[in-house]
Amino acid sequence: MTVTSLGIPRRLLEFTIDGEPVRAPEGATILDACRSAGKDVPTLCQGDTLTPKNACRVCVVEVEGARTLVPACSRKAEAGMEVRTDTERARHSRKIVLELLASSVDLSTTPEVAGWLKEYEAKPDRFGPDAARVDEEPRVDNDLYVRDYDKCILCYKCVDACGDQWQNTFAISVVGRGFDARIAVEHDGPLTDSACVYCGNCIEVCPTGALSFKSEFDMRAAGTWNEPAQTETTTVCAYCGVGCNLTLHVQDNEIVKVTSPHDNPVTHGNLCIKGRFGYQHVQNRD
Amino acid sequence: MDLHFGDSKPTDEERAAVDTLLGPPESSWEGADRSDADLRWARGGRAARDRRDLLLPGLHAVNDRIGWISEGALDYLCRRLTVPPAEAYGVATFYAMFSVKPRPATVLHVCTDLACAAAGASELCAGVEARLGLGSGVSVERSPCLGLCERAPAALAITAGDPVRTAVSAPATVERAVLAASAPDSAPEEPSAALAVPQAGDPSLMLLGRVGVVDPASLDDYRAHGGYTALRQAFAIGPAGVIREVTDAGLVGRGGAAFPTGRKWQATAAAPDHPHYLVCNADESEPGTFKDRVVMEGDPYSLVEAMTIAAYAVGAHQGYLYLRGEYPRALHRMEHAIGQARARGLLGDDILGQGYAFDIEIRRGAGAYICGEETALFNSIEGYRGEPRSKPPFPVEKGLFGKPTAENNVETLVNVLPILTIGAPAYAAIGTAKSTGPKLFCVSGSVDRPGIYELPFGATLGELLDLAGVRDRLRAVLLGGAAGGFVRPDELDIPLTFEGTREAGTTLGSGVVLAFDDTVPLPRLLLRIAEFFRDESCGQCVPCRVGTVRQEEALHRIVERTGADAAADITLLREVGRAMKDASICGLGQTAWNAVESAIDRLGAYE
Repeated sequence: MTVTSLGIPRRLLEFTIDGEPVRAPEGATILDACRSAGKDVPTLCQGDTLTPKNACRVCVVEVEGARTLVPACSRKAEAGMEVRTDTERARHSRKIVLELLASSVDLSTTPEVAGWLKEYEAKPDRFGPDAARVDEEPRVDNDLYVRDYDKCILCYKCVDACGDQWQNTFAISVVGRGFDARIAVEHDGPLTDSACVYCGNCIEVCPTGALSFKSEFDMRAAGTWNEPAQTETTTVCAYCGVGCNLTLHVQDNEIVKVTSPHDNPVTHGNLCIKGRFGYQHVQNRD
Repeated sequence: MDLHFGDSKPTDEERAAVDTLLGPPESSWEGADRSDADLRWARGGRAARDRRDLLLPGLHAVNDRIGWISEGALDYLCRRLTVPPAEAYGVATFYAMFSVKPRPATVLHVCTDLACAAAGASELCAGVEARLGLGSGVSVERSPCLGLCERAPAALAITAGDPVRTAVSAPATVERAVLAASAPDSAPEEPSAALAVPQAGDPSLMLLGRVGVVDPASLDDYRAHGGYTALRQAFAIGPAGVIREVTDAGLVGRGGAAFPTGRKWQATAAAPDHPHYLVCNADESEPGTFKDRVVMEGDPYSLVEAMTIAAYAVGAHQGYLYLRGEYPRALHRMEHAIGQARARGLLGDDILGQGYAFDIEIRRGAGAYICGEETALFNSIEGYRGEPRSKPPFPVEKGLFGKPTAENNVETLVNVLPILTIGAPAYAAIGTAKSTGPKLFCVSGSVDRPGIYELPFGATLGELLDLAGVRDRLRAVLLGGAAGGFVRPDELDIPLTFEGTREAGTTLGSGVVLAFDDTVPLPRLLLRIAEFFRDESCGQCVPCRVGTVRQEEALHRIVERTGADAAADITLLREVGRAMKDASICGLGQTAWNAVESAIDRLGAYE
């Protein structure tokens, strides 16, 4: 029988969010507490399987006594904290962050962002027609996935997933500095010359669609990508004995991409090249 | 970690540069020729990966010898240090002094920052660029502040080779800058550091007393002028005694944040995790700041002694001096001083026979303002991109290499010497109740005697400017550098203390006092400040990465506009500025709008 470790019991911290008393286990972040209290705080760079990087700053909240706003995704809850999620100050910063992002990169495939732009009355156009943009062409250098850095918000999630948090391949890094910083492999070459093992775990965590399956990229370009018409079926990968769960995204009876459930204890959303991309044999009908 | 290396090979020269630093490779795993023994032996794991902190020195070694970092050189360095090439490429492209594209062996950095801009840097730059075009063997780069503001305009030539040669031209003319770049060895010797201290020789000086008086190369001279009495006193009263004295003296950090030094040391000393580290932040890059350079050039042993005392107090046996890459003379002086101190038993396993071991390693920055931020500096030393970490945890708990670390600015550390020699009560009696002791001010711009001034806290801005011989038609004074704020000529009674400047709604920052007369077009100055922050933003968080770009764009649009024509953009600047201040990760983004805001509100820059 497998014994599940329960760990040491965690103390409950009492504090307030928007004036209402809440309790969260020690070690929980403000974001965890907000979500369990049913408060909506937008996030972009936060990932459920990754250590928070707090780079996008869209989740900032006000904490009584703090000089600046604090990122809800990474700041640990403390007893007695007074957190305010919806003050004018926090909303102002979120609005500006959304405007800065929307005016510099293409957020058209970022889920939920259209709603936030409306909610925070963000007007990315007000920086004028000459506002600098990231302006990158999609990089199609292999048959499996595409890097469209015009959509990249530099959230570091792909770098963390490729590096010591999951894959330990270290094929990509942030290179350059400031507004010129980009995600790249060594010497900014093509993926095929790099350490990439095509596990696609970077695609799994990408929040904006900057990284996507070649199949998805091509279908979007052809105008045939139709997410509402897709079904998702979770199954077990048949390649080896590890037993990774695969979620097959199927449109018109064709597998169009493969993900893995983030709460799966085997994969935590990660797969290898075979599970992620080796599905063509399933749909060879000849 | 299964590292993947490309096919590019280093040239013999590149290989030699890396091997000089790291020694010859031990096996084919590290890039040597394959031998039979390699089949039975592998190096890996922690022992191999733990040398990641040598990445930055390795990049310097290649860049110094060749002038740029090729694919082959980078791959070889990565093999030697077990670093993924993608990450090393990310680090190499982070720093302004490195290039991953071929360039001429000589790079001439011409400062176009605030003090130099006011002293005619743009004409200098245009003249130099006209003379040193393509094919001249010199690449001219417009540079942020080189920390030579008392001799503006300034230029620094770096010629790659073995050894690397540098030449400073300040005050620079087109002729002299071109000479420095084309023949660095025959360029005239830099004037003594004492010339940057107009008060030099004044016996009442506590921090600058030895500058210009002692031979900066001579340890004996240093000891003959009171050197190492403070360390003896420290050993007499013990680590807890040192921390008590520093706390009672009311010493606060001089780098700009004004955090109580005693509290920082106490927290580091009490941290249960080991080892503890001491880091001296000498990455002085705030435009207009050059005090740490003058101290290191004029009185280098004082910093060695002060670092030893600080390390003794916090229980550290290893110290790092993170020195700005653009300070070649300070680097030579500090290297020499550390070597001498080591040879004489003032650093090493048994200092002064007290059984206390401590040594100092110098790490050179490579052109990144952000690395003056304490946690970015840790990442830089560790061989990662110099991006700030989020706090908490604070450095006293998890700092360099994840261990408890006390990090202090050069000026903060040298203040410890008088505290121990005259005692905390006498030190605390200097200055005001809340800002104790002497303070160094970097005065430049529209003054007759620019340089470093030592005054007790509490002197007014006017007194300082009188001392420096402020010229007529003063239009504005910038306090605290690019991250600071402007004040008007009718506000010269502001007391130069942390609390006094705060009350006046401005900041003392690192002690920059830059005077501008009315010939300097203010909107151009603000544009230069915005350009500086856009260039120096590390790019980690959105408010700073994109906000600094939008700030520069808006200032560009209104550079020739005033009143109602500028109103819409000023509103935009305020909104973006507020978000940068509130939501950026570190002090860079949080202060990137300060100077512009103060120019609009206090000086009426666009009215």
